Amino acid sequence: MLANLVLSFNCTYLAVLLSFIRFNKHVGNFFSSQHTNNWAVLVCTSRFWFNYRHVANTLSVYRSVKRLGIPDSHIVLMLADDMACNHRNPKPATVFSHKNMELNVYGDDVEVDYRGYEVTVENFLRVLTGRLPPSTPRSKRLLSDDRSNILIYLTGHGGNGFLKFQDSEEISNVELADAFEQMWQKRRYNELLFIIDTCQGASMYERFYSPNLMALASSQVGEDSLSHQPDLAIGVHLMDRYTFYLLEFLEDIHPASKTNMNDLFKVCPKSQCVSTPGHRTDLFLRDPGSVLITDFFGSVRKVELTTDAINLTEPITPVEDQEKEPYSYVDQLPVSEIIHQKPKQKDWHPPDGFILGLWTLIILVFFRTYGVKHLKHIF
Amino acid sequence: MCVERVVLCVPARASVRLGCARRDVRMWEGCCAPIMPESDFQEELVIRPLHSGDIYASFQFRTLWETDFMKGNKVSHYRLFPKSLGQVISKFSVRELHISFTQGYWRTMQWGQPFLPAPPGAELWVWFQDTVTDVDGTWKELTNVLSGIFCASLNFIDSTNTVQPSASFKPLGIGNVTDHRFLRYATLPREIVCTENLTPWKKLLPCGSKAGLAVLMKSEKLFHSSFHSEAVHIRPVCGDVECKSVSWELRQTLDVVFDLHTSGQGKREWSLFKMFARTLTDACPLASSSKIYIDITDNPEGEHFELSPATPLLSQAVVLGDRRTFSVYDLTDPSTFGTMRTFNVQIKWKNTEGDMLRPLLHAERYVAGYGLQTGEIHTLMYNQHPYRSFPVLLLDSVPWYLRLYVHTLTVTSKGKDNKPSYIHYQPSKDRIRPHLLEMLVQLPPNSVTEVTVQFERALLKWTEYTPDPNHGFYVGSSVVSSLVPSIVAMDTNNTRDRPLFSSFFPTKEESSYFIRVYTEPLLVNLPTPDFSMPYNVICLTCTVVAVGYGSLYNLLTRNFQIEEPNPGLAKRIANVIRRMRGVPLL
Repeated sequence: MLANLVLSFNCTYLAVLLSFIRFNKHVGNFFSSQHTNNWAVLVCTSRFWFNYRHVANTLSVYRSVKRLGIPDSHIVLMLADDMACNHRNPKPATVFSHKNMELNVYGDDVEVDYRGYEVTVENFLRVLTGRLPPSTPRSKRLLSDDRSNILIYLTGHGGNGFLKFQDSEEISNVELADAFEQMWQKRRYNELLFIIDTCQGASMYERFYSPNLMALASSQVGEDSLSHQPDLAIGVHLMDRYTFYLLEFLEDIHPASKTNMNDLFKVCPKSQCVSTPGHRTDLFLRDPGSVLITDFFGSVRKVELTTDAINLTEPITPVEDQEKEPYSYVDQLPVSEIIHQKPKQKDWHPPDGFILGLWTLIILVFFRTYGVKHLKHIF
Repeated sequence: MCVERVVLCVPARASVRLGCARRDVRMWEGCCAPIMPESDFQEELVIRPLHSGDIYASFQFRTLWETDFMKGNKVSHYRLFPKSLGQVISKFSVRELHISFTQGYWRTMQWGQPFLPAPPGAELWVWFQDTVTDVDGTWKELTNVLSGIFCASLNFIDSTNTVQPSASFKPLGIGNVTDHRFLRYATLPREIVCTENLTPWKKLLPCGSKAGLAVLMKSEKLFHSSFHSEAVHIRPVCGDVECKSVSWELRQTLDVVFDLHTSGQGKREWSLFKMFARTLTDACPLASSSKIYIDITDNPEGEHFELSPATPLLSQAVVLGDRRTFSVYDLTDPSTFGTMRTFNVQIKWKNTEGDMLRPLLHAERYVAGYGLQTGEIHTLMYNQHPYRSFPVLLLDSVPWYLRLYVHTLTVTSKGKDNKPSYIHYQPSKDRIRPHLLEMLVQLPPNSVTEVTVQFERALLKWTEYTPDPNHGFYVGSSVVSSLVPSIVAMDTNNTRDRPLFSSFFPTKEESSYFIRVYTEPLLVNLPTPDFSMPYNVICLTCTVVAVGYGSLYNLLTRNFQIEEPNPGLAKRIANVIRRMRGVPLL
């Protein structure tokens, strides 16, 4: 009886062990990300020369994201003002992130999709939800699907529950949360990482309620995010502290690195940042320790290798045109022709109904008063 | 991404064609027949030292393609012509497209005439083919697509800043139809030009920025200049000498003027390395011709400046009405690069004498008046020819929020009234279209002609102000088109092989040439409301209501109750003892 018990115990133990091994394989799949493409939406919301640091923040994240593999066609970059070619910039076509002009984050290969007055709350929400007018070009659209990992980075001036756009309007945390919910319902993202570098940034992610969102902010509610260092030659502060240390952290990441999100949460502790960075992971299904940095900052490329030959279609032969008289260039300033130019033919409009009715009334009244015999004087 | 990359599709029979390495079209008939339309790419750089010590460099890249986008032809194989622009032309039935992005203003009095003029900001003018039924709808879609290609906010072009000129901007390509219904013109004077516009522009070139003259285009140097203009011009041109067939030409031009003090450090010594921080290593392998021209007309004996390395090649060309002499460096010749495999031209000044420039036509514009209610626009046109007068076509497009009083329009030359021989005026409609004023004026010799018109400023709705309204609002440049008498006879044979910089504007007669001059854009302050007013009013009202009404309410409705003060500890203990004894409390 005891032997039976031991045997059954062994069997169950073995069964549990076997199922655990199988479970581990499934567990491995469960912990890796299911995304097939990466997108990034990087927004700077501040205007005017003294907000140089916000543009530098956004461009340094752009630079890291491009370096780690996301192509320009998958990045929507929105800069609310032009700092590089601003007339107050002593070094045109450059935006520096480190003092003594060590690193030019503007680079030589930058493509800004929304610039200047185009960066508005409406355009930002339309880009996120995909509700753009039909004539919008592809470079200005966020063409993500349900297997896309999206990185959203916002920087500017903010407060408790809002972010200021261009000194004239604001976006609230409720609007942002609703936009993300719309994206979830329309299956526009697989996982979304939201980073914000403003004063009281943690208030912006308080209202999120859609699944698979992870958020990072540079400061808690009631705290201000501070800027890092000014450059005396340029005359303004170059970067914000949180993004400066974020950039330094990202410079050590390469496309094959295995660093995970827990390291990202440790970027810029209170001793360096003066404010307390915060993060929110309760809506995220996976454990942050298993999420790689390159899941959001890098890019997955699908490459299909094939050994089949592909037949190219024959070029369409152009239509043979018949002999006609030779073409000629047009006279650029034909003075005599211009002087004798007839005025543009205006389309004939029938007289307005009101005028017609008024004249009919006048004529009717005239005839009723004075009799029909006057008719022959009119016609 | 703003521009799709050109996909190099190599059809199966291309290897046979590449065996005959010559690119000259006429050789094909004996060698092997071409199976797809031939495209040809030429690049050139013209450097003109200016009298003030500045230096003017003009890049021109031309791709000529023997195909016809008109008549609904479908094109599928693109080689040197960029596919993104080819698809734009076919889809929107474009006959001619001219777009330019400029930073800075061209100073005609100091620098002379540019090879290709452009106004500050962005300018786009398009001739559509006559098969287009809805020109306005197609125009709107075209501007959106171009804003994606060039990373510029061209989507701000709408009916409030688009005009349809009735006599200016005749087509620069071949064709017979000139119905101005198919022409649209718009400018965005506020548009900023920076590296993000240069990047897609460079990607349209066949060699990109990797080989040829385009390696010199580094944004840190190009934007640190007094004037920077990049443009794309697409038009149909004569495909052969008899002009019986059509080729499509894509011209990409980049003009830049480097300042003596900011880029030259005050020394009158220029070189390719000093201007662009790069030297040339080779020509673009896809180019049939790659040349550098240095203008040495003012230096025939070498007395003003010295050119090194010396070159025996000289070329003379008639450009802008004058015969100019150029030293030519041919980059397709490997001996140009010498043993070091780099090429750097140096121009060293010996003395600072030279003739002053006297451009024949020059225009200025300014706003007069005081206060935020009314004002006056003055446009001045200078004719500096000693004895010849010539006609000038002035195009003015003023936004609707400056209400022009056309009855105050005056045109005076030398103090006397000068009646224009043609006036076309289209009044504005609020928030729908701008003013358009076109006039053909004959400028008397050696005179200043002044055109003045008064205007009134409108009050905009508060949502129509930009986020920085105190900067002001821009009024686009006026365009002055003119046939100016030339000093030497112009070459009217437009199909002959000429350097690119002299073959842009077609010439019809020998005694005059066509130029276009742009005036400055105007910056006008509109009456701006105080946007913080609603917030201030709310704060003040709420404070007054809270303090005034609140105090009154309290006084009327508050009732008072008498309350015993809290006794001290000793008294409380005493009370407890007294309660126990049954004696009245303290």
